[in-house]
Amino acid sequence: MWETFGFEFVNFYLIPGLVLGCIYALGAIGITLTFSILRFANFAHGEVMMIGAYFTWTAMVLSNDLFGVPLHPLVAAAPAVLLAIGLFILVDRYFYKPFRYASTIRVVMASFGMMLIIRSFVQAVWGPNQLTFVPGIAKPNELVKNFTASVDMMILVPNKHFWIIAGTLVIMFALSWLLTKTKIGKGMRAVSDSPELAKVSGIDVEIIVKATWFVGGFCAVAAGVFLAMDLQMLETTMGFRMLLPMFAAAILGGIGRPFGAVIGGLVIGLAEELSVYPWFGNGSLISPGYKTGVAFTIMVVMLVIRPSGLFKGRLF
Amino acid sequence: MSNTKALDIVNLHAGYGETEILKGINLNVEHSEIVAIIGPNGAGKSTVVKSVLGLLNIISGNISLNGNNIVGIAPDKAIKSGISYVPQTHNIFPNLTITENLEMGAWTKSKGIPERIQEMFELFPDLKVKRNKVAGSLSGGQRQMVAMAKALMVDSKIMLLDEPTAGLSPKFQSEIFRTIKRINKNGVPILLVEQNAKQALETADRGYVLVDGSNKVEGKGQDLINDRNVARMFLGSKD
Ligand SMILES: Nc1ncnc2c1ncn2[C@@H]1O[C@H](COP(=O)(O)OP(=O)(O)O)[C@@H](O)[C@H]1O
Ligand SMILES: [Mg+2]
Repeated sequence: MWETFGFEFVNFYLIPGLVLGCIYALGAIGITLTFSILRFANFAHGEVMMIGAYFTWTAMVLSNDLFGVPLHPLVAAAPAVLLAIGLFILVDRYFYKPFRYASTIRVVMASFGMMLIIRSFVQAVWGPNQLTFVPGIAKPNELVKNFTASVDMMILVPNKHFWIIAGTLVIMFALSWLLTKTKIGKGMRAVSDSPELAKVSGIDVEIIVKATWFVGGFCAVAAGVFLAMDLQMLETTMGFRMLLPMFAAAILGGIGRPFGAVIGGLVIGLAEELSVYPWFGNGSLISPGYKTGVAFTIMVVMLVIRPSGLFKGRLF
Repeated sequence: MSNTKALDIVNLHAGYGETEILKGINLNVEHSEIVAIIGPNGAGKSTVVKSVLGLLNIISGNISLNGNNIVGIAPDKAIKSGISYVPQTHNIFPNLTITENLEMGAWTKSKGIPERIQEMFELFPDLKVKRNKVAGSLSGGQRQMVAMAKALMVDSKIMLLDEPTAGLSPKFQSEIFRTIKRINKNGVPILLVEQNAKQALETADRGYVLVDGSNKVEGKGQDLINDRNVARMFLGSKD
Protein backbone atom coordinates (compact mmCIF):
# COMPACT_ATOMS: atom_id res chain seq x y z
CA MET A 1 0.00 0.00 0.00
CA TRP A 2 2.54 2.60 1.18
CA GLU A 3 5.03 1.69 -1.58
CA THR A 4 2.49 1.76 -4.38
CA PHE A 5 0.37 4.78 -3.42
CA GLY A 6 1.29 6.43 -0.15
CA PHE A 7 4.96 7.11 -0.76
CA GLU A 8 4.43 8.91 -4.02
CA PHE A 9 1.33 10.78 -2.86
CA VAL A 10 2.81 12.03 0.40
CA ASN A 11 6.29 12.88 -0.80
CA PHE A 12 5.60 14.27 -4.24
CA TYR A 13 2.17 15.88 -3.83
CA LEU A 14 1.08 16.32 -0.21
CA ILE A 15 4.29 17.75 1.25
CA PRO A 16 5.00 20.10 -1.67
CA GLY A 17 1.37 21.21 -1.43
CA LEU A 18 1.75 21.85 2.28
CA VAL A 19 4.94 23.83 1.69
CA LEU A 20 3.33 25.93 -1.01
CA GLY A 21 0.34 26.36 1.32
CA CYS A 22 2.61 27.67 4.11
CA ILE A 23 4.08 30.26 1.75
CA TYR A 24 0.63 31.38 0.55
CA ALA A 25 -0.62 31.42 4.15
CA LEU A 26 2.13 33.73 5.37
CA GLY A 27 1.64 36.06 2.43
CA ALA A 28 -2.13 36.09 2.81
CA ILE A 29 -1.88 37.17 6.48
CA GLY A 30 -0.45 40.54 5.43
CA ILE A 31 -3.03 40.93 2.66
CA THR A 32 -5.97 40.26 4.92
CA LEU A 33 -4.63 42.58 7.67
CA THR A 34 -3.96 45.47 5.28
CA PHE A 35 -7.33 44.93 3.66
CA SER A 36 -9.22 45.02 6.95
CA ILE A 37 -7.18 47.57 8.93
CA LEU A 38 -5.90 49.97 6.26
CA ARG A 39 -8.83 49.22 4.00
CA PHE A 40 -7.19 48.58 0.68
CA ALA A 41 -6.07 45.70 -1.50
CA ASN A 42 -2.30 46.04 -1.44
CA PHE A 43 -0.92 45.08 -4.84
CA ALA A 44 2.60 45.78 -3.62
CA HIS A 45 2.40 42.99 -1.04
CA GLY A 46 4.15 40.47 -3.30
CA GLU A 47 7.01 42.93 -3.68
CA VAL A 48 7.52 42.97 0.12
CA MET A 49 8.10 39.21 -0.16
CA MET A 50 10.42 39.67 -3.09
CA ILE A 51 12.56 42.48 -1.69
CA GLY A 52 12.80 40.65 1.65
CA ALA A 53 14.24 37.64 -0.17
CA TYR A 54 16.72 39.89 -2.02
CA PHE A 55 17.81 41.50 1.27
CA THR A 56 18.30 38.04 2.72
CA TRP A 57 20.35 36.94 -0.28
CA THR A 58 22.51 40.06 0.11
CA ALA A 59 23.09 39.38 3.81
CA MET A 60 24.17 35.82 2.95
CA VAL A 61 26.56 37.00 0.21
CA LEU A 62 28.01 39.82 2.33
CA SER A 63 28.59 37.55 5.29
CA ASN A 64 30.33 34.99 3.11
CA ASP A 65 32.46 37.53 1.20
CA LEU A 66 33.44 39.74 4.12
CA PHE A 67 33.77 37.28 6.98
CA GLY A 68 33.87 33.93 5.24
CA VAL A 69 30.83 32.85 7.27
CA PRO A 70 28.03 31.21 5.27
CA LEU A 71 24.75 32.06 6.98
CA HIS A 72 21.67 29.86 6.98
CA PRO A 73 18.90 31.71 5.08
CA LEU A 74 16.80 31.87 8.25
CA VAL A 75 19.62 33.68 10.07
CA ALA A 76 20.27 36.04 7.20
CA ALA A 77 16.53 36.75 7.14
CA ALA A 78 16.68 38.47 10.55
CA PRO A 79 18.38 41.68 9.40
CA ALA A 80 16.45 41.48 6.12
CA VAL A 81 13.12 41.45 7.96
CA LEU A 82 14.05 44.54 9.95
CA LEU A 83 15.27 46.37 6.86
CA ALA A 84 12.15 45.49 4.86
CA ILE A 85 9.79 46.47 7.68
CA GLY A 86 11.64 49.75 8.21
CA LEU A 87 11.40 50.44 4.51
CA PHE A 88 7.67 49.79 4.38
CA ILE A 89 6.93 51.87 7.47
CA LEU A 90 8.71 54.74 5.68
CA VAL A 91 6.75 54.00 2.50
CA ASP A 92 3.56 54.15 4.57
CA ARG A 93 4.56 57.41 6.22
CA TYR A 94 5.46 59.24 3.00
CA PHE A 95 3.50 57.40 0.33
CA TYR A 96 0.30 55.86 1.75
CA LYS A 97 -0.45 58.18 4.67
CA PRO A 98 -1.61 61.09 2.50
CA PHE A 99 -4.18 58.64 1.05
CA ARG A 100 -5.42 57.48 4.47
CA TYR A 101 -8.85 59.07 4.14
CA ALA A 102 -9.00 59.06 0.34
CA SER A 103 -11.27 56.70 -1.58
CA THR A 104 -10.15 53.08 -1.64
CA ILE A 105 -9.56 52.92 -5.39
CA ARG A 106 -6.91 55.66 -5.16
CA VAL A 107 -4.92 53.75 -2.57
CA VAL A 108 -5.24 50.56 -4.58
CA MET A 109 -3.89 52.33 -7.66
CA ALA A 110 -1.14 53.88 -5.55
CA SER A 111 -0.16 50.42 -4.31
CA PHE A 112 -0.08 49.26 -7.94
CA GLY A 113 2.39 52.07 -8.62
CA MET A 114 4.40 51.10 -5.56
CA MET A 115 4.56 47.54 -6.88
CA LEU A 116 6.15 48.76 -10.14
CA ILE A 117 8.52 51.12 -8.31
CA ILE A 118 9.86 48.39 -6.04
CA ARG A 119 10.27 45.87 -8.81
CA SER A 120 12.12 48.38 -11.00
CA PHE A 121 14.29 49.35 -8.06
CA VAL A 122 15.24 45.73 -7.44
CA GLN A 123 15.93 45.18 -11.13
CA ALA A 124 18.17 48.26 -11.15
CA VAL A 125 20.15 47.21 -8.09
CA TRP A 126 20.32 43.42 -8.38
CA GLY A 127 19.76 43.04 -12.13
CA PRO A 128 16.87 41.44 -14.00
CA ASN A 129 18.31 37.90 -14.09
CA GLN A 130 17.69 35.00 -11.74
CA LEU A 131 20.08 34.67 -8.81
CA THR A 132 21.02 31.42 -7.12
CA PHE A 133 19.74 31.40 -3.54
CA VAL A 134 21.04 28.12 -2.12
CA PRO A 135 23.02 25.91 -4.53
CA GLY A 136 23.08 22.12 -4.53
CA ILE A 137 20.65 19.27 -4.17
CA ALA A 138 18.16 19.42 -1.32
CA LYS A 139 18.90 16.58 1.12
CA PRO A 140 16.07 14.88 2.98
CA ASN A 141 15.83 15.53 6.69
CA GLU A 142 17.54 12.56 8.40
CA LEU A 143 15.44 12.71 11.55
CA VAL A 144 12.12 12.50 9.73
CA LYS A 145 13.49 9.92 7.30
CA ASN A 146 14.83 7.55 9.98
CA PHE A 147 11.78 7.85 12.15
CA THR A 148 9.23 7.30 9.38
CA ALA A 149 11.32 4.50 7.84
CA SER A 150 11.26 2.68 11.18
CA VAL A 151 7.46 2.50 10.97
CA ASP A 152 7.59 1.52 7.28
CA MET A 153 6.21 4.80 6.00
CA MET A 154 9.31 6.52 4.77
CA ILE A 155 8.84 10.24 4.25
CA LEU A 156 11.57 12.19 2.51
CA VAL A 157 11.13 15.80 3.53
CA PRO A 158 13.95 17.88 2.10
CA ASN A 159 15.61 19.94 4.82
CA LYS A 160 14.40 23.15 3.18
CA HIS A 161 10.79 21.95 3.43
CA PHE A 162 11.31 20.90 7.02
CA TRP A 163 12.44 24.45 7.86
CA ILE A 164 9.61 26.04 5.94
CA ILE A 165 6.93 24.02 7.73
CA ALA A 166 8.57 24.41 11.16
CA GLY A 167 9.15 28.14 10.61
CA THR A 168 5.52 28.67 9.57
CA LEU A 169 4.29 26.86 12.69
CA VAL A 170 6.46 29.04 14.95
CA ILE A 171 5.20 32.21 13.26
CA MET A 172 1.57 31.02 13.61
CA PHE A 173 1.97 30.54 17.36
CA ALA A 174 3.64 33.92 17.75
CA LEU A 175 0.92 35.59 15.70
CA SER A 176 -1.83 33.94 17.71
CA TRP A 177 -0.21 35.11 20.94
CA LEU A 178 0.19 38.64 19.60
CA LEU A 179 -3.41 38.97 18.40
CA THR A 180 -5.10 37.53 21.47
CA LYS A 181 -2.79 38.35 24.38
CA THR A 182 -1.21 41.75 23.72
CA LYS A 183 -2.75 45.21 23.82
CA ILE A 184 -1.47 46.10 20.37
CA GLY A 185 -2.80 42.84 18.88
CA LYS A 186 -6.24 43.30 20.40
CA GLY A 187 -6.14 46.89 19.11
CA MET A 188 -5.42 45.57 15.62
CA ARG A 189 -8.46 43.29 15.81
CA ALA A 190 -10.54 46.19 17.13
CA VAL A 191 -9.57 48.51 14.27
CA SER A 192 -10.24 45.69 11.84
CA ASP A 193 -13.70 45.23 13.40
CA SER A 194 -14.72 48.89 13.41
CA PRO A 195 -12.33 51.75 12.63
CA GLU A 196 -14.96 54.37 13.58
CA LEU A 197 -15.48 52.92 17.04
CA ALA A 198 -11.73 52.46 17.48
CA LYS A 199 -11.26 56.17 16.87
CA VAL A 200 -13.90 57.20 19.41
CA SER A 201 -12.51 54.70 21.92
CA GLY A 202 -9.26 56.63 21.94
CA ILE A 203 -7.29 53.86 20.20
CA ASP A 204 -4.18 55.31 18.59
CA VAL A 205 -4.87 54.26 14.99
CA GLU A 206 -1.43 55.32 13.68
CA ILE A 207 0.29 52.90 16.07
CA ILE A 208 -2.06 50.17 14.87
CA VAL A 209 -1.17 51.01 11.27
CA LYS A 210 2.54 50.66 12.06
CA ALA A 211 1.90 47.36 13.83
CA THR A 212 0.00 46.16 10.77
CA TRP A 213 2.93 46.90 8.48
CA PHE A 214 5.21 45.23 10.98
CA VAL A 215 3.20 42.01 11.26
CA GLY A 216 2.23 41.88 7.58
CA GLY A 217 5.80 42.72 6.54
CA PHE A 218 7.31 40.13 8.86
CA CYS A 219 5.09 37.35 7.50
CA ALA A 220 5.64 38.50 3.91
CA VAL A 221 9.42 38.48 4.21
CA ALA A 222 9.22 35.04 5.81
CA ALA A 223 7.09 33.90 2.87
CA GLY A 224 9.57 35.40 0.41
CA VAL A 225 12.55 33.73 2.04
CA PHE A 226 10.69 30.41 2.22
CA LEU A 227 9.80 30.70 -1.44
CA ALA A 228 13.42 31.43 -2.34
CA MET A 229 14.53 28.45 -0.21
CA ASP A 230 12.02 26.23 -1.97
CA LEU A 231 12.91 27.38 -5.50
CA GLN A 232 16.59 27.78 -4.54
CA MET A 233 16.68 30.91 -6.65
CA LEU A 234 15.42 34.52 -6.78
CA GLU A 235 13.80 36.52 -9.50
CA THR A 236 12.14 39.91 -9.53
CA THR A 237 8.73 38.55 -10.52
CA MET A 238 8.58 35.96 -7.72
CA GLY A 239 6.35 38.14 -5.53
CA PHE A 240 4.00 39.12 -8.30
CA ARG A 241 3.37 35.49 -9.22
CA MET A 242 2.27 34.85 -5.63
CA LEU A 243 -0.20 37.73 -5.62
CA LEU A 244 -3.23 35.97 -7.08
CA PRO A 245 -3.05 32.82 -4.91
CA MET A 246 -2.43 35.00 -1.83
CA PHE A 247 -5.51 37.11 -2.55
CA ALA A 248 -7.45 33.93 -3.20
CA ALA A 249 -6.31 32.59 0.19
CA ALA A 250 -7.29 35.82 1.98
CA ILE A 251 -10.73 35.83 0.35
CA LEU A 252 -11.25 32.12 0.97
CA GLY A 253 -10.50 32.59 4.67
CA GLY A 254 -12.59 35.77 4.95
CA ILE A 255 -11.14 39.29 4.88
CA GLY A 256 -9.89 40.37 8.30
CA ARG A 257 -9.41 36.77 9.47
CA PRO A 258 -5.66 36.08 9.76
CA PHE A 259 -6.26 32.45 10.69
CA GLY A 260 -8.80 32.15 7.92
CA ALA A 261 -6.03 33.33 5.60
CA VAL A 262 -3.77 30.57 6.92
CA ILE A 263 -6.40 27.91 6.25
CA GLY A 264 -7.12 29.53 2.88
CA GLY A 265 -3.41 29.43 2.01
CA LEU A 266 -3.09 25.77 2.96
CA VAL A 267 -6.24 24.84 1.02
CA ILE A 268 -5.05 26.63 -2.12
CA GLY A 269 -1.49 25.30 -1.89
CA LEU A 270 -2.77 21.76 -1.45
CA ALA A 271 -5.44 22.16 -4.14
CA GLU A 272 -2.83 23.34 -6.64
CA GLU A 273 -0.51 20.42 -6.01
CA LEU A 274 -3.20 17.77 -5.67
CA SER A 275 -4.89 18.95 -8.86
CA VAL A 276 -2.06 17.36 -10.83
CA TYR A 277 -2.15 14.03 -8.96
CA PRO A 278 -3.27 11.13 -11.15
CA TRP A 279 -6.54 10.59 -9.23
CA PHE A 280 -8.11 8.61 -12.09
CA GLY A 281 -5.94 6.39 -14.26
CA ASN A 282 -2.41 7.40 -15.13
CA GLY A 283 -2.50 10.99 -16.29
CA SER A 284 -2.59 13.97 -13.91
CA LEU A 285 -6.09 15.23 -13.16
CA ILE A 286 -5.53 18.54 -14.87
CA SER A 287 -2.61 19.45 -17.06
CA PRO A 288 0.18 21.04 -14.96
CA GLY A 289 0.03 24.07 -17.23
CA TYR A 290 -3.35 24.94 -15.70
CA LYS A 291 -2.16 24.63 -12.09
CA THR A 292 -2.18 28.37 -11.51
CA GLY A 293 -5.83 28.45 -12.62
CA VAL A 294 -6.81 26.49 -9.51
CA ALA A 295 -6.39 29.48 -7.15
CA PHE A 296 -8.26 31.72 -9.55
CA THR A 297 -11.12 29.24 -9.84
CA ILE A 298 -11.40 28.85 -6.07
CA MET A 299 -11.40 32.64 -5.63
CA VAL A 300 -14.12 33.22 -8.22
CA VAL A 301 -16.30 30.40 -6.93
CA MET A 302 -15.93 31.70 -3.38
CA LEU A 303 -16.79 35.27 -4.37
CA VAL A 304 -19.92 34.01 -6.08
CA ILE A 305 -21.26 31.55 -3.51
CA ARG A 306 -19.92 32.94 -0.24
CA PRO A 307 -18.16 36.31 -0.57
CA SER A 308 -17.56 36.59 3.17
CA GLY A 309 -15.25 33.57 3.02
CA LEU A 310 -15.15 30.41 5.11
CA PHE A 311 -14.85 32.30 8.41
CA LYS A 312 -17.33 35.13 7.91
CA GLY A 313 -14.96 37.91 7.05
CA ARG A 314 -15.74 41.50 6.25
CA LEU A 315 -17.59 42.54 3.11
CA PHE A 316 -16.70 45.77 1.35
CA MET B 1 -16.14 73.74 41.35
CA SER B 2 -19.59 74.54 42.62
CA ASN B 3 -20.56 76.91 39.82
CA THR B 4 -18.85 75.06 36.95
CA LYS B 5 -21.02 72.67 34.99
CA ALA B 6 -20.06 69.13 34.07
CA LEU B 7 -20.73 70.08 30.47
CA ASP B 8 -21.49 73.53 29.14
CA ILE B 9 -22.22 74.22 25.48
CA VAL B 10 -22.64 77.90 24.60
CA ASN B 11 -23.95 79.18 21.26
CA LEU B 12 -22.40 76.32 19.30
CA HIS B 13 -22.28 76.43 15.52
CA ALA B 14 -20.76 73.33 13.97
CA GLY B 15 -21.02 71.00 10.99
CA TYR B 16 -19.43 68.38 8.79
CA GLY B 17 -16.91 70.25 6.66
CA GLU B 18 -18.61 73.31 5.20
CA THR B 19 -22.26 72.45 5.91
CA GLU B 20 -23.50 74.01 9.12
CA ILE B 21 -25.74 71.53 10.98
CA LEU B 22 -25.81 73.03 14.47
CA LYS B 23 -27.02 76.64 14.40
CA GLY B 24 -26.62 77.94 17.92
CA ILE B 25 -26.91 75.23 20.57
CA ASN B 26 -27.07 76.21 24.25
CA LEU B 27 -27.08 73.30 26.65
CA ASN B 28 -25.58 72.33 29.96
CA VAL B 29 -25.38 69.40 32.35
CA GLU B 30 -24.92 69.88 36.11
CA HIS B 31 -22.76 67.46 38.08
CA SER B 32 -25.60 65.45 39.54
CA GLU B 33 -27.90 65.50 36.53
CA ILE B 34 -29.33 63.32 33.82
CA VAL B 35 -30.19 65.56 30.88
CA ALA B 36 -32.14 64.32 27.86
CA ILE B 37 -32.07 65.63 24.30
CA ILE B 38 -35.13 64.75 22.27
CA GLY B 39 -36.19 65.81 18.81
CA PRO B 40 -37.13 64.53 15.36
CA ASN B 41 -34.84 62.49 13.15
CA GLY B 42 -32.14 64.60 11.53
CA ALA B 43 -32.51 67.41 14.08
CA GLY B 44 -28.82 67.19 14.93
CA LYS B 45 -28.94 65.28 18.23
CA SER B 46 -26.11 62.92 17.35
CA THR B 47 -24.19 65.84 15.91
CA VAL B 48 -24.27 67.67 19.26
CA VAL B 49 -22.80 64.66 21.00
CA LYS B 50 -20.16 64.15 18.31
CA SER B 51 -19.11 67.78 18.53
CA VAL B 52 -18.31 67.32 22.23
CA LEU B 53 -16.05 64.47 21.24
CA GLY B 54 -14.10 66.56 18.74
CA LEU B 55 -15.46 64.78 15.66
CA LEU B 56 -16.94 67.89 14.09
CA ASN B 57 -15.74 71.09 12.53
CA ILE B 58 -16.60 73.74 15.15
CA ILE B 59 -17.44 77.03 13.44
CA SER B 60 -18.01 79.12 16.56
CA GLY B 61 -19.14 78.82 20.15
CA ASN B 62 -17.79 77.18 23.23
CA ILE B 63 -17.78 73.71 24.81
CA SER B 64 -16.37 73.19 28.28
CA LEU B 65 -15.95 70.13 30.45
CA ASN B 66 -15.77 70.95 34.17
CA GLY B 67 -14.89 74.53 33.22
CA ASN B 68 -12.11 73.53 30.80
CA ASN B 69 -12.50 74.56 27.18
CA ILE B 70 -12.46 71.47 24.96
CA VAL B 71 -13.18 73.02 21.54
CA GLY B 72 -10.87 71.54 18.92
CA ILE B 73 -9.81 68.62 21.11
CA ALA B 74 -8.83 65.38 19.33
CA PRO B 75 -11.15 62.40 19.99
CA ASP B 76 -8.49 60.35 21.82
CA LYS B 77 -7.77 63.34 24.11
CA ALA B 78 -11.51 63.75 24.72
CA ILE B 79 -11.75 60.11 25.80
CA LYS B 80 -8.64 60.41 27.94
CA SER B 81 -10.05 63.48 29.67
CA GLY B 82 -13.00 61.41 30.88
CA ILE B 83 -15.77 61.47 28.28
CA SER B 84 -17.66 58.18 28.18
CA TYR B 85 -19.22 58.05 24.73
CA VAL B 86 -21.67 55.40 23.54
CA PRO B 87 -22.31 55.89 19.81
CA GLN B 88 -25.76 55.34 18.31
CA THR B 89 -24.64 52.46 16.06
CA HIS B 90 -21.55 50.26 15.83
CA ASN B 91 -20.81 50.75 19.51
CA ILE B 92 -19.13 47.40 20.22
CA PHE B 93 -16.34 45.38 18.60
CA PRO B 94 -18.33 42.29 17.56
CA ASN B 95 -15.36 39.94 17.11
CA LEU B 96 -13.73 40.81 20.42
CA THR B 97 -14.77 39.17 23.67
CA ILE B 98 -16.62 41.18 26.30
CA THR B 99 -13.45 41.51 28.37
CA GLU B 100 -11.48 42.59 25.31
CA ASN B 101 -14.15 45.19 24.50
CA LEU B 102 -13.73 46.64 27.98
CA GLU B 103 -9.95 46.63 27.58
CA MET B 104 -10.30 48.60 24.35
CA GLY B 105 -12.44 51.12 26.23
CA ALA B 106 -9.47 51.57 28.56
CA TRP B 107 -6.93 52.07 25.75
CA THR B 108 -5.96 55.56 27.01
CA LYS B 109 -5.44 54.27 30.56
CA SER B 110 -2.39 52.48 31.88
CA LYS B 111 -3.37 51.69 35.47
CA GLY B 112 -6.27 50.11 37.32
CA ILE B 113 -7.74 48.31 34.32
CA PRO B 114 -8.47 44.89 35.92
CA GLU B 115 -10.06 46.61 38.93
CA ARG B 116 -12.24 48.76 36.67
CA ILE B 117 -13.32 45.66 34.72
CA GLN B 118 -14.40 44.06 38.01
CA GLU B 119 -16.43 47.17 38.86
CA MET B 120 -18.14 46.95 35.48
CA PHE B 121 -18.99 43.30 36.08
CA GLU B 122 -20.60 44.33 39.37
CA LEU B 123 -22.62 46.99 37.57
CA PHE B 124 -23.55 44.55 34.75
CA PRO B 125 -23.64 41.05 36.31
CA ASP B 126 -24.98 39.52 33.06
CA LEU B 127 -21.74 40.39 31.36
CA LYS B 128 -19.56 38.67 33.90
CA VAL B 129 -20.72 35.15 33.11
CA LYS B 130 -20.28 35.79 29.38
CA ARG B 131 -17.00 37.66 29.67
CA ASN B 132 -15.10 35.35 27.29
CA LYS B 133 -17.85 35.30 24.64
CA VAL B 134 -17.48 37.47 21.55
CA ALA B 135 -19.67 40.55 21.83
CA GLY B 136 -21.29 39.92 18.44
CA SER B 137 -22.95 36.79 19.81
CA LEU B 138 -24.97 38.70 22.43
CA SER B 139 -28.56 39.93 22.31
CA GLY B 140 -29.27 43.56 21.49
CA GLY B 141 -29.80 44.53 25.12
CA GLN B 142 -26.61 42.84 26.25
CA ARG B 143 -24.64 44.49 23.46
CA GLN B 144 -25.86 47.84 24.72
CA MET B 145 -24.63 46.87 28.20
CA VAL B 146 -21.20 46.04 26.74
CA ALA B 147 -21.16 49.38 24.94
CA MET B 148 -21.99 51.22 28.16
CA ALA B 149 -19.47 49.29 30.25
CA LYS B 150 -16.81 49.82 27.59
CA ALA B 151 -17.47 53.58 27.60
CA LEU B 152 -17.31 53.72 31.41
CA MET B 153 -13.82 52.20 31.48
CA VAL B 154 -12.33 55.71 31.45
CA ASP B 155 -12.51 57.79 34.64
CA SER B 156 -15.84 59.25 33.61
CA LYS B 157 -16.43 62.97 34.01
CA ILE B 158 -19.55 62.71 31.90
CA MET B 159 -21.37 60.03 29.94
CA LEU B 160 -22.82 60.72 26.49
CA LEU B 161 -25.41 58.18 25.37
CA ASP B 162 -26.76 58.29 21.82
CA GLU B 163 -30.14 56.50 21.62
CA PRO B 164 -29.20 53.60 23.88
CA THR B 165 -32.65 51.99 23.70
CA ALA B 166 -33.17 52.14 19.92
CA GLY B 167 -34.36 48.79 18.60
CA LEU B 168 -34.65 47.10 22.00
CA SER B 169 -37.67 45.33 23.44
CA PRO B 170 -39.69 47.30 26.09
CA LYS B 171 -38.28 45.04 28.82
CA PHE B 172 -34.69 45.85 27.86
CA GLN B 173 -35.54 49.53 27.35
CA SER B 174 -36.68 49.81 30.96
CA GLU B 175 -33.60 47.96 32.11
CA ILE B 176 -31.34 50.38 30.23
CA PHE B 177 -33.14 53.36 31.80
CA ARG B 178 -32.74 51.82 35.25
CA THR B 179 -29.04 51.25 34.60
CA ILE B 180 -28.62 54.86 33.49
CA LYS B 181 -30.14 56.00 36.79
CA ARG B 182 -27.78 53.73 38.69
CA ILE B 183 -24.71 55.02 36.84
CA ASN B 184 -25.84 58.56 37.60
CA LYS B 185 -26.29 57.71 41.31
CA ASN B 186 -22.66 56.56 41.29
CA GLY B 187 -21.73 60.16 40.47
CA VAL B 188 -21.56 60.29 36.67
CA PRO B 189 -23.42 63.18 34.98
CA ILE B 190 -25.30 61.96 31.89
CA LEU B 191 -26.34 63.48 28.60
CA LEU B 192 -28.90 61.19 27.00
CA VAL B 193 -30.12 61.42 23.41
CA GLU B 194 -33.41 59.57 22.93
CA GLN B 195 -36.13 58.77 20.42
CA ASN B 196 -38.17 57.25 23.22
CA ALA B 197 -39.09 60.72 24.47
CA LYS B 198 -41.54 59.83 27.24
CA GLN B 199 -39.34 57.37 29.13
CA ALA B 200 -36.27 59.56 28.54
CA LEU B 201 -37.99 62.59 30.06
CA GLU B 202 -39.22 60.49 32.98
CA THR B 203 -35.67 59.32 33.62
CA ALA B 204 -34.04 62.72 33.13
CA ASP B 205 -33.91 65.69 35.49
CA ARG B 206 -34.12 68.12 32.60
CA GLY B 207 -34.63 67.93 28.87
CA TYR B 208 -34.00 69.88 25.68
CA VAL B 209 -36.05 69.69 22.52
CA LEU B 210 -33.85 70.01 19.45
CA VAL B 211 -35.31 70.98 16.08
CA ASP B 212 -33.34 71.75 12.93
CA GLY B 213 -30.02 72.37 14.63
CA SER B 214 -31.04 74.55 17.54
CA ASN B 215 -32.73 73.94 20.87
CA LYS B 216 -36.33 75.23 20.90
CA VAL B 217 -37.65 74.23 24.32
CA GLU B 218 -36.00 73.30 27.57
CA GLY B 219 -37.29 72.46 30.99
CA LYS B 220 -37.73 69.94 33.76
CA GLY B 221 -38.42 66.45 32.47
CA GLN B 222 -41.93 66.30 33.88
CA ASP B 223 -42.77 69.83 32.65
CA LEU B 224 -41.83 68.85 29.10
CA ILE B 225 -43.99 65.74 29.31
CA ASN B 226 -46.91 67.99 30.32
CA ASP B 227 -46.12 70.60 27.63
CA ARG B 228 -48.87 70.43 24.98
CA ASN B 229 -46.58 71.23 22.03
CA VAL B 230 -43.95 68.77 23.04
CA ALA B 231 -46.62 66.18 23.70
CA ARG B 232 -48.13 66.67 20.25
CA MET B 233 -44.76 66.50 18.51
CA PHE B 234 -43.07 63.65 20.31
CA LEU B 235 -45.23 61.83 22.74
CA GLY B 236 -47.85 60.64 20.31
CA SER B 237 -50.73 62.44 22.01
CA LYS B 238 -53.71 63.22 19.76
CA ASP B 239 -54.68 66.79 20.63
N1 LIG C 1 -21.18 62.40 8.51
C1 LIG C 1 -22.05 63.32 8.07
N2 LIG C 1 -21.71 64.13 7.04
C2 LIG C 1 -22.57 65.07 6.60
N3 LIG C 1 -23.79 65.30 7.11
C3 LIG C 1 -24.19 64.53 8.14
C4 LIG C 1 -23.34 63.50 8.67
N4 LIG C 1 -24.01 62.89 9.69
C5 LIG C 1 -25.20 63.52 9.79
N5 LIG C 1 -25.31 64.50 8.87
C6 LIG C 1 -26.46 65.40 8.71
O1 LIG C 1 -26.61 66.15 9.89
C7 LIG C 1 -27.98 66.32 10.20
C8 LIG C 1 -28.21 65.91 11.63
O2 LIG C 1 -27.95 64.53 11.75
P1 LIG C 1 -27.96 63.79 13.17
O3 LIG C 1 -27.20 64.61 14.13
O4 LIG C 1 -27.50 62.41 12.92
O5 LIG C 1 -29.51 63.79 13.53
P2 LIG C 1 -30.27 63.03 14.69
O6 LIG C 1 -29.27 62.31 15.52
O7 LIG C 1 -30.99 64.10 15.44
O8 LIG C 1 -31.24 62.11 14.02
C9 LIG C 1 -28.76 65.51 9.19
O9 LIG C 1 -29.30 66.39 8.24
C10 LIG C 1 -27.75 64.61 8.57
O10 LIG C 1 -28.05 64.39 7.21
MG1 LIG D 1 -28.92 60.33 15.85
